[in-house]
Amino acid sequence: MDALISQLLNGSAQGALLLLAALGLSLTFGQMGVINMAHGEFLMLGAFTAYLVQQVIAASDLSIPVALPVAFVVAGLFGLLLEVTIIRWMYRRPLDTLLVTVGVSLILQQAALQIFPSQGVPVEKPSWLDGQLNVLGYEWPLRQLFTIVLASVCVAALSAWLKYTSFGRRIRATVHNRDLAETTGISTRTIDRLTFFVGSGLAGVAGVAASLIGGTNSQMGAQYIIPAFLVVAAGGIGQLKGTIIAAWAVGVALSCFAYWTTGSLAQVLAFILVIVFLQVRPQGLFTVRTRSLA
Amino acid sequence: MLTTNKRMRASVAIGAIGTTMALVLAGCGARAGDDTSTAGASAAASCVDTSGSTIKLGFLNSLTGGMAISEKTVSNVLHMAADEINTSGGILGKKIQYVQEDGATDWPTFAEKTEKLLTQDCVAAIFGGWTSSSRKAVKPVVEKLNGLFFYPVQYEGLESSPNIYYTGATTNQQIIPAMDFLASKGVKTLFLAGSDYVFPRTANAIIKLYAAKLGIKIVGEEYVPLDKDDWTSQVAKIVAAKPDFIFNTINGSSNVGFVKAYYDAGLTPAKTPIISVSIAEEEAPAMGHEVTGNYASWNYFQSLKTDTNPKFIQSWKAYPNSSGVTSDPMEAAYISLYLYKSLVEAAGSFDVNAVNAAAKSHTITFDAPEGKVTLDGKNHHISKPGHIGQINANNQFDIVWSSDKFIEPDPYLEAYDWFPADIRKQLVGAAG
Repeated sequence: MDALISQLLNGSAQGALLLLAALGLSLTFGQMGVINMAHGEFLMLGAFTAYLVQQVIAASDLSIPVALPVAFVVAGLFGLLLEVTIIRWMYRRPLDTLLVTVGVSLILQQAALQIFPSQGVPVEKPSWLDGQLNVLGYEWPLRQLFTIVLASVCVAALSAWLKYTSFGRRIRATVHNRDLAETTGISTRTIDRLTFFVGSGLAGVAGVAASLIGGTNSQMGAQYIIPAFLVVAAGGIGQLKGTIIAAWAVGVALSCFAYWTTGSLAQVLAFILVIVFLQVRPQGLFTVRTRSLA
Repeated sequence: MLTTNKRMRASVAIGAIGTTMALVLAGCGARAGDDTSTAGASAAASCVDTSGSTIKLGFLNSLTGGMAISEKTVSNVLHMAADEINTSGGILGKKIQYVQEDGATDWPTFAEKTEKLLTQDCVAAIFGGWTSSSRKAVKPVVEKLNGLFFYPVQYEGLESSPNIYYTGATTNQQIIPAMDFLASKGVKTLFLAGSDYVFPRTANAIIKLYAAKLGIKIVGEEYVPLDKDDWTSQVAKIVAAKPDFIFNTINGSSNVGFVKAYYDAGLTPAKTPIISVSIAEEEAPAMGHEVTGNYASWNYFQSLKTDTNPKFIQSWKAYPNSSGVTSDPMEAAYISLYLYKSLVEAAGSFDVNAVNAAAKSHTITFDAPEGKVTLDGKNHHISKPGHIGQINANNQFDIVWSSDKFIEPDPYLEAYDWFPADIRKQLVGAAG
């Protein structure tokens, strides 16, 4: 029982990190259909931003809250740059974007390797994340709770933004029917750029969370990109709630498999589950009804 | 209604995932033997040019890809050693002219570059490698072309080759001293945590045998893939098992995640310390204060007090692109070039067979930063002191235990009665 509670909580935290990594993808991939393989490196940018912010503001109690919005903007701007210079020429050519963004991801990795110490840099967690919270007898690390809170805030903010702001409504209109949106006077070019900025920025926020859990180095993005794509695909393209449920399910599955089998087998089993699920339900958990003809 | 567009996106997503996985697997999978059959050069025909005032040597390190994290430093320190040797007159009066190649964290590339260095650049010897997979990719090529390869990293042992010199520790110089240290601390229960590949699995097989002999009980054994940082589920098992000590054979960035999960779970060096064999001065800073107080087993520490260490540290700190701290693997790489110089000068020739003969007929020593090391001419490993360091707040190591003398290399653990011949055979077969 203890073990079950601990792995459910632990899995929820793993799922929350996956969700943070996948949120941005669900926008850029789900809403825009762009396969951005450099998304993991935007996450890395966020983590390095957290480190740089800590060099300026030494007190980690303060620096992590400051790093979150800064990482959002830094990663967002890199995303915007990528959109303006490369991606915009490749809409409707998903396989080309895949290859080009793999190249971009390698360039970003190597740049990080040249700039920062090759073994990686330390990101100190705030002292208010020290310690554990007792949940039904299980000592739950506060760091995990923080990841879940952060993911929840991001999801709430993103869905409110999509639902209640005019920008959000325009994004949804563009996703549902690009041509019709254009005829009603929406600048789909601006919408594309903005979506890419927000999607990449969310990866930056995920990077700050990841820097508190694992290592911050040039290779860190690689371990998140595949699970994040799997989560988006399993959740259903263009669906926030599907992404949330899929991330949580994959997180808990990974955690429980890792506890009751082995760390290596857990990865295999969790991926098999997702692949079997996609065989049965290739459209993912939820689908968007659209009137587009494509 | 599901549109074809959505369906297409889903299938493209799967394609994207598949492509990435294929790329990752291509990077990881050791296809060591694949490239050996393509070489046309015969073993006897060496094209090394010894007529001029320079001698060509090859440096083969991953400067790109995942292992660049570690191997860049080795490449830098090799450059430093070459510069030092050149300033003091070179090898047999010839200046070193090095050819740097990038192994790119890809084992078939290591094999290809080895062949290129030997047959096209005509280098007299190659220095580098880090992972056992890279060494195992290079091994058949240097053996077939009768080249020389100097490997600078501690590894799982159970190997020797006439064409490879090993300047890092084999298991009886790092793992066994660590276990002796644990026994001296009165440790009764031990938990094994490692990355999932050949070194941790072989090391743990040896640890389990020696633990049985020492009366230490193994209360758990966990592995996580090299590229995964999340250790929380496994650490939960450590908390439940309540071991006296954790033996850590995790490698790379995964160590950071492990230490963070360990700290988060409320485990402390006071009650459940970690002894690790891959956290050194270079790695510790990336883990912050959460690793402080834990232990590591190495043959060299920056804090080591020897006659030669201060000069080594000083030269490294002054060297361009230096990381500022010295560590065991880079010291072993530094040794490798000097050891080669001693070998060639004892042989009076750059010829591989002459060098190997000199290794057997002469006593080759080097006043290394870790102390005076002696080459074993038969197994091509070197004698080393065993030290245990405790990580302090400056990410340096306070030495808390040392072996009473230099430990002779015994890669096949033949001098240890608790290591049965059938298990040796099985492990050598599995690693081969």
